[in-house]
Amino acid sequence: MNKPILIGMTALALVIGGCAKKTPPVETAPPAATATDTGTAANGDVDLVELPAMQADLVAKAGSDTVYFGTDEYQLDPASQATLAAQARWMLANAKVRASIEGHCDERGTREYNIALGERRANAARDYLIAQGVPAARLLVVSWGKERPAAVGSNETAWAQNRRVVTVVVR
Amino acid sequence: MKLIVALFALPLAAAASAQDSGPLEVDVVGGINAPMAIAVPFMPTPEPVPTPAGDTAQLGRSIAEVVATDLRSTGLFTPLGPTGVRAYAFPEAAAPAYAEWRNAGASALVSGYVEARPDGRIIVGCYLHDVTAGRELTHQGFAVPATEWRRAAHKCADTIYSRLSGEQPFLDTRVVYVAETGPKNNRLKRIAIMDSDGSNHRYLTTGKATVVTPRFSPRGDKLVYMSYQGRMARVYVMDVASGAERLLIPGRVTTFAPRFSPDGRDIIFSMATGGNTDIYVVGANGGTPRRLTATPGADTSPSYSPDGRQIVFESDRSGTQQLYVMDADGANQKRITFGGARYASPVWSPRGNMIAFTRIGGGAFRIGVMSPSGAGERTLTDSWQDEGPSWAPNGQFIMFHRTARGSGEATLYAVSVNGGRPRILPTPLGGSDPSWSPLQN
Repeated sequence: MNKPILIGMTALALVIGGCAKKTPPVETAPPAATATDTGTAANGDVDLVELPAMQADLVAKAGSDTVYFGTDEYQLDPASQATLAAQARWMLANAKVRASIEGHCDERGTREYNIALGERRANAARDYLIAQGVPAARLLVVSWGKERPAAVGSNETAWAQNRRVVTVVVR
Repeated sequence: MKLIVALFALPLAAAASAQDSGPLEVDVVGGINAPMAIAVPFMPTPEPVPTPAGDTAQLGRSIAEVVATDLRSTGLFTPLGPTGVRAYAFPEAAAPAYAEWRNAGASALVSGYVEARPDGRIIVGCYLHDVTAGRELTHQGFAVPATEWRRAAHKCADTIYSRLSGEQPFLDTRVVYVAETGPKNNRLKRIAIMDSDGSNHRYLTTGKATVVTPRFSPRGDKLVYMSYQGRMARVYVMDVASGAERLLIPGRVTTFAPRFSPDGRDIIFSMATGGNTDIYVVGANGGTPRRLTATPGADTSPSYSPDGRQIVFESDRSGTQQLYVMDADGANQKRITFGGARYASPVWSPRGNMIAFTRIGGGAFRIGVMSPSGAGERTLTDSWQDEGPSWAPNGQFIMFHRTARGSGEATLYAVSVNGGRPRILPTPLGGSDPSWSPLQN
């Protein structure tokens, strides 16, 4: 009495998982194709190379490579404007390098909104540098959102240090 | 080539009526009924036969364990067993000793068997019984390569869940997310993929470039995400099987917040230029983007309705982050949130009847849902930072990540759309930005 049901069921059993490679069974090394996530040849653009000695010179001559912002804001205050004006003078004196203008946010914004906010901040700084005479072609913009905090705490002091734009000297 | 095989529902063994006990079902709307006690004993085999994944007797034990874990994860069941409940022999799979299971306190029983086939596959028979009424409710059989026995276990659990809850299946799914490790100011972030129960875990990127927000294509064969390759925030598309990835929009322009359209033909995303972020759509293979929003605000986190006709997104054009709905061509942009908080990262339910979002208020992020008109807002979680909702394909559960204050450690959670306690999805490292796959074929 049970047997016919079982046999009938066997005949009706459905085939799933027919594509054997769909779900590799164990953890494996990342496939070779993903080794392109170094950011070079795959997409036809060249990775930016940081120049630590030049960066140190920018900090020494301009006073700082960083400007700071209020919560959810992207306006440059007078102190930030003075810092950027000094950075612009350094850029004009060092005509062979470019700068990656990098916007950052504190952790109290959602991930995608913070990418938009970081881009606003970076552009505010970029526009100021251009107004000071730095050629636009020498300035790149990137928003890190909340991906690269400078201070690791979850408090007002840390958040204030993380709402920033860093001018990164690159080749 | 992906082999898609439809699952045909077999006729129910008996009509679900005229029983003294009434139809056996679980209440998914919540909190009224206690979870159903369901016995999940080890599945016997007619004859132990070796397979590349262990012999069929061992597979019967492993499959029962996965079925029990899956059923427990729905929050609707308290599985009895497999360890500690009575074992039975092969013929009893279709004709259980109901009195024994009644005495054990079970309302329902999952029985079955594992049998080797000559072609190297195994057959997993899966039966659901109403123990109180003493009758079979449904049965289903699955043929899989022995090494993919977990797929058969998830399909069996889906059969049980679906029959007793009346909801669509969702357990035979995968999750893609961002695996995080290292200190907050130097965190390594890699895309990882796993079954929705955490098994078959592997990494899809090396971590050399920070990645965020991976999301499945509607067929689950591709991912779209943002990566910092080339020191730029840009959207990439990856083929899951090969790992090959491709930049969506060439050039040094900031692109982020990508999602596929429901038909998989298009990708909607944000592009930021000159301090202004708008929403664009482009073919999934690239091409010239078409602009859908043009306000000075930050318009981002777009998500299509399941019919592809509308898009929900967030914008701070009013001064704070709020949710808006527009037609797929960008027309009729209309704000839907007026709840006195900020709202972010909306995702349209696969059923179309709800939108999940991150609610920002009182210094915290919480996951909530509302109707597409903005009515009926409900908050589902309560912590410091819960962010990034993603729907199960049946629209009954939402996955998200919870970030710990201070350490910034992120953990994946899932919560029922009807409420209840969120449960952790264990991952080898920290986990953020989950995306739930469609149901696998």
